[in-house]
Amino acid sequence: MNGEKMTGAEIVLKALQDQGVEVIFGYPGGAVLPIYDEIFRQENRIKHVLVRHEQGAAHAAEGYARSTGKPGVVLVTSGPGATNAVTGMTDALMDSIPMVVLTGQVPTKLIGSDAFQEADTVGITRSCTKHNYLVKDVNNLARVLHEAFYVATKGRPGPVLVDIPKDVQFALGTYTGPANVAHRSYKPRVKGDLERIKEAADLIGAAKKPLFYTGGGVINSGPVASQLLREFVRATGFPITSTLMGLGAYPADDPQWLGMLGMHGAWEANHAMHDCDVMICVGARFDDRVTGRLDAFAPNSKKIHIDIDPSSINKNVRVDIPIIGDVAHVLEDLIRVWKSRAARPDKPALAKWWEQIAAWRARNCFAYNNSKELIKPQHAIERLYALTKDRDVYITTEVGQHQMWAAQFYRFQAPNRWMTSGGLGTMGYGLPAALGVQIAHPDALVIDIAGEASVQMTMQEMSTAVQYDLPIKIFILNNEYMGMVRQWQELLHGGRYSHSYSESLPDFVKLAEAYGAVGIRATKPDELDDAIKEMISVKRPVLFDCRVDKTENCFPMIPSGEAHNNMILADLGAQTVSAAGKALV
Amino acid sequence: MSYDPVIAQAEIIRTHTMAVLVDNEAGVLARVIGLFSGRGYNIESLTVAEVDAQEHTSRITIVTSGTAQVIEQIKAQLDRLVPVHRVVDLTVETEPLERELALIKVKGAGDKRMEALRIADSFRARVVDTTLNSFVFELTGSPSKINAYIELMRPLGLIDVSRTGVAAISRGPEAL
Repeated sequence: MNGEKMTGAEIVLKALQDQGVEVIFGYPGGAVLPIYDEIFRQENRIKHVLVRHEQGAAHAAEGYARSTGKPGVVLVTSGPGATNAVTGMTDALMDSIPMVVLTGQVPTKLIGSDAFQEADTVGITRSCTKHNYLVKDVNNLARVLHEAFYVATKGRPGPVLVDIPKDVQFALGTYTGPANVAHRSYKPRVKGDLERIKEAADLIGAAKKPLFYTGGGVINSGPVASQLLREFVRATGFPITSTLMGLGAYPADDPQWLGMLGMHGAWEANHAMHDCDVMICVGARFDDRVTGRLDAFAPNSKKIHIDIDPSSINKNVRVDIPIIGDVAHVLEDLIRVWKSRAARPDKPALAKWWEQIAAWRARNCFAYNNSKELIKPQHAIERLYALTKDRDVYITTEVGQHQMWAAQFYRFQAPNRWMTSGGLGTMGYGLPAALGVQIAHPDALVIDIAGEASVQMTMQEMSTAVQYDLPIKIFILNNEYMGMVRQWQELLHGGRYSHSYSESLPDFVKLAEAYGAVGIRATKPDELDDAIKEMISVKRPVLFDCRVDKTENCFPMIPSGEAHNNMILADLGAQTVSAAGKALV
Repeated sequence: MSYDPVIAQAEIIRTHTMAVLVDNEAGVLARVIGLFSGRGYNIESLTVAEVDAQEHTSRITIVTSGTAQVIEQIKAQLDRLVPVHRVVDLTVETEPLERELALIKVKGAGDKRMEALRIADSFRARVVDTTLNSFVFELTGSPSKINAYIELMRPLGLIDVSRTGVAAISRGPEAL
C-alpha cells in the first residue's frame, strides 16, 4: 500500500487501521469533519464511540488503555475540543498511560489569525503531552501518525497529540505504512545495565530487613512483568508493598503482601518502609504521597531503583543503585543473576523482620466501627468485594475518600484490573474510564467506585453508556460531602467546612431513569447485599446511590510533612498538624 | 544543627554549561524553554542555531545553575524530550571553551573617544561602525571578558549593548 495517493482524512483512518486501532473515543466538530466523513464511509472497521464531552473521551481512552495495555485513541475538534481534552491528557501524562489524541485545526492559512475555534493546540498541550505535532504537509501525515503511536507506547508511556489542519485532511498525499518507524532521536533503553543488576543482587543477598516497593511501572511493562515480580518476590521471601498505581501487580491475598503504602497506606507497609535496610523499588517514582517527609524517608536503607525513565532516578530521593530499563527485562536479568549467586539473606534476620511485620499487622490499621444503622463506606466496599470477587471484574474510581477506601478494601489479585487517577487526582475520571474499560471487555463486570461530588463532574457520560449498551455500574458512596476536603478541613482547618458540602444533590435514582439507565439506592446496612446483587444482575448501566455515614474519615493517614512512622489511626483521634505540614498539599 | 559536609556539598549551587543537540523542528526551542520555566530551573544564557543543514540538527547551549541534584535532573529532563538527540554537561567533562560575541555602542567625543579606542585595541575589539561622535565595537571572548569591557566603556559613553549569549565546545579531540 506504500506510495498510494489518498486524502489526509483517508491517511488518518488507514494509519489507525494499520496500527491495529479498534476503537476511537471522540466528538465531531468543524475542523475534523473530513475525518468523520471517512469514519462514516469506512463502515465500522474502526468503532467510534461518541462521548458527551471531550474530557470524557480522554478518560475513556485511558480506561481502555489501562485495562488492555494498548494505546487509547481520541479524536476531537479544534479549539474547545482540544482544550476540553487537556485534563485527560495531563492525567495520562502523570500516570504514564499510552494515548494518541488527534485534534482538528483550522486550515493552515488561517493559523494565527484568531479564526473561529482556533486555539494554539500544540502550544497549550506542550507541557501536558509526552510529545505533540502540528502536521502542515499531508505527505508527513502518515509518518507522524505512526511515530505518534511509537512515542506513546515506547519507553515510559504517555499521551501524544497530532494536530491536523482541515486543509491537510482534504489534501492528497502519499501514504506510508508503519514498518520501519525508526525514530531519529527517541530510542528508550529497555535492558538494564548488567553490572548494576549484579550489584543489586549482591545487596539483596545481604539484606536483613528488605522490602519490595513496586508501582505502576510494573503494570505498564505488561503481564510478564507481574509474573516475574511474583516469581522473584516468592523466591526471596521478602515482604512487598505497592503504590496506588501498582495495585494488582502482586496478589493482595498473598501472605507476603503488606498492602498499599503512602498517605493512606497500611500501617505495616509504611512502618516496614521506614525501617527497611534494603528497598527494592520497581517501577515507582517516590511520589510525595508515598514518601511523606523526605528527610525522614526510610532513613537507614540502601535503595535499588528500577525505572525506564532516567529522570525518575534521584528526582525526589537519592538512590544507591539505579537501574534504567523496562521492568520485565530488568527483572528477568535480576532473577537470573540472583539464581546464579550463592548469597542469600540470613534466615534468622528475615524471620525476625517478619516477626516485626506481624506485630505491625496485628495493629489492624484498617479497623473501623461498623454500624447497624448507617452504612459505613468501608463496609460497603468490603461487601462489594465479597459479592464480586469471583467475577471477571474491573474497578475504576473517582478521586477522594472513596478512592482510598477502594484501594484499602478492594483486594486486587491481577494487573490491569484497577483504573484510578493517581498522579493528577482528577475528579470525574472514573465514569468515563469505566466506559473505556467496558468497550474493551464487553462481558466483564465494570464498576466505578465513585463519590457523589466527583461523579457529577462527568455525569453526562451516562448518556454514552446508554447509547452503546455499556452496562457500567456507578457505585456512589454518597456522604453528601467532598469527603477528603471535609476530612482535611476537620483535621487542619478547625472544622470550618468551607464549601465542601454537596448541596442540592440530584436524586440519583431518578437521574439514572432520566438517562434511560437503572437507579438503585441503599440506605441501611441490611439492604446493602441485596442491592449490590441486583446491581450485578442488571445488564444495563446502573447508578447506585449508596448512602453512607457522612462523617467517616479515611485512616490510616500520614499527615502532610510527617514521616512514615508518624501515622494517624482511626482510634488515635485527630492529631495536630505542623504549620509546615499545613502548607503542603 | 551540626555541620554535615555531605549536605553542605549537596547544597552548593554551581553554574553549568550544557550542549543540547536537537532536531531543528518547529517548537523545539519552546519545549526546552518550557521545561525550564515549568520545573523552575534557571536559564542564565541560551543560544541556538542550526549546526547541520543536511541532518536538520540544531545545537542549543544553555548556561544554568543549581545544586548537583538539580543539574542531574535538568540533564535527565532535557534528555527525555523526544526531539533531543544528546545532552552533554560540558562543565562536568572538562572546563569548556566558552565564547560570546557582543556589539557595543559608545557615544562621546574628545579624550573619552580616544580612550575608548585605546581600550578597544587592548581587548582586540574591532570598530565595525563609526560616526563623528560614536563607535560600534565588535568583541568576542569569554563572558567575563565582555563584562569587563562593558564596565570600562560605561564611563566613556556606553549607550547600547547587544550580546549573543554563550556558545561552548569541549576542549580536545572529542566531539559532542
